[in-house]
Amino acid sequence: MSFLTLENVSHHYFTKNSFTKALSNISFNLKEGEFISILGPSGCGKSTILSIIAGIMKHTSGKVLLKQRPLEESELPIGYMLQQDYLFPWKTIIENCLIGPKIRKDKSEYKMSQAKKLLKEVGLTDIEKEFPDSLSGGMRQRVALVRTLITNPEILLLDEPFSALDYLTKLKLENLVSKLLKSYHKTAILVTHDIGEAISMSDRILVMNANPGNIAKTFEVPVELRNETPFFVRRHPKYQMLFDKVWDELNKTESTSLKSMGGAKNDETKF
Amino acid sequence: MKQNSDNHLFQQYKNKQKREKKIVITWQLIIFIGFFSVWELASSLYWIDPLIFSSPSKIIGLMMDKFADGSMLIHLQVTLFETILGFIIGTIAGIIIATSLWASIRFSRIMDPYLVIMNAMPKVALGPIIIVALGPGYFSIIIMGAIVSVIITTLVVYSAFREVDPNYEKVLKSFGATRWQCFKEAVFPATLPAMISTLKVNVGLSWVGIIVGEFLVAKEGLGYLIIYGFQVFDFSLVMSSLLLIAIFAAIMYKIVEKIESWLIKHTHE
Repeated sequence: MSFLTLENVSHHYFTKNSFTKALSNISFNLKEGEFISILGPSGCGKSTILSIIAGIMKHTSGKVLLKQRPLEESELPIGYMLQQDYLFPWKTIIENCLIGPKIRKDKSEYKMSQAKKLLKEVGLTDIEKEFPDSLSGGMRQRVALVRTLITNPEILLLDEPFSALDYLTKLKLENLVSKLLKSYHKTAILVTHDIGEAISMSDRILVMNANPGNIAKTFEVPVELRNETPFFVRRHPKYQMLFDKVWDELNKTESTSLKSMGGAKNDETKF
Repeated sequence: MKQNSDNHLFQQYKNKQKREKKIVITWQLIIFIGFFSVWELASSLYWIDPLIFSSPSKIIGLMMDKFADGSMLIHLQVTLFETILGFIIGTIAGIIIATSLWASIRFSRIMDPYLVIMNAMPKVALGPIIIVALGPGYFSIIIMGAIVSVIITTLVVYSAFREVDPNYEKVLKSFGATRWQCFKEAVFPATLPAMISTLKVNVGLSWVGIIVGEFLVAKEGLGYLIIYGFQVFDFSLVMSSLLLIAIFAAIMYKIVEKIESWLIKHTHE
């Protein structure tokens, strides 16, 4: 049974003098508990897909079904994580974590204890009364993860959540998120520009084209890699094979920003 | 040994800071005393016309008399009351208008040219109309005090609302927040510092509105005393009113500054 279905979804951005077609006929299915990544050049509409699924933007045509029902009708909670943590600096860590339940008028002792439990699970203790300023980038993104998970979302949308972090913190967080999502059997979509991250975390990878944004190719991640932690996946022989395939596909789909990605590839293979 | 030399350096640094502070205060005192003694001297030696420029001793004497018979206190109270009320009304009304502009993009588009005109308009020029419309009295003067600060508050606060990072709203919307919830949880608290800093501007502006209002219509108040002193050619009275305005405007400013640091501390803790 399909958990999330996108059927011929298109989206246009309108300006005074012109319009841009950001997405063109995007179709894919997502099974419950599945983790997919969307890779593609900047401006290909990756983030727009997430905004549409999150209900922040309305697509101009096509159908989005969540558990077989149109997105607008479903009241199911959706978790959205952005590039930066966007913790509210005037709220304490625990208040930040409980903002979702507060908005949904679902704030309770139970949620409070759950928030504390989740904070402990991501390795943050005794910081509930602190303010976000006093935390490091990695810690803040972990708080943002707790804030996202506390509403018990049916589906998690991750919009390059690790891109603003240093490499070490990023690897650690990838492991943590991957472990947490598997243990809670969460369905997730990760948008990223990092091929390694996509391979090591997901079950399936969609590579996108720009102008207008569409899905160029889908890669299945080998079963052997799926249940490994991201850190170990990166050292598996099949990782490199898939990396090269995805790399070639990305090269084919875009020729303009090729040079800027060359450096990134070297970093990855060295590791 | 190392510890000692570190402490010694720190002590030196502290002494230097203290010395600097002393120099600043000394100069401030020199200017203060110098200004008033030159004024006193010039006046008593007829270098300047004492009838027009009065002298510190005459002003102090007059103030003592007026405070002793209680008449000055009444004028001072009236003006302070009007200024504080005008200040509060102007600030709150400005924030409310800014909120309604934020709430409806269409409303803000419609209002845009009117806001530009009202902002460019010297508000005190509206004085006669306000007095005719609302009647000569405290009410008109308080409205004058408020109207001077309301438009600028609206514009500053509204632009602060719009500068809030939209990603905060995105986070809240992903939880299904309404526009009002976005305002309450993200936009309003994020702009609190900007609102507080408009308070400081508004203190000064409210004084302008109130004094002009009193020039036009009042039977009491420091602005009235200035005009009255001017008409009967009692410049000691004018000067002492000015002195009181300077002192109390500074005190109000300092109080707002204290409120500001208190608010910033307590909204962040």
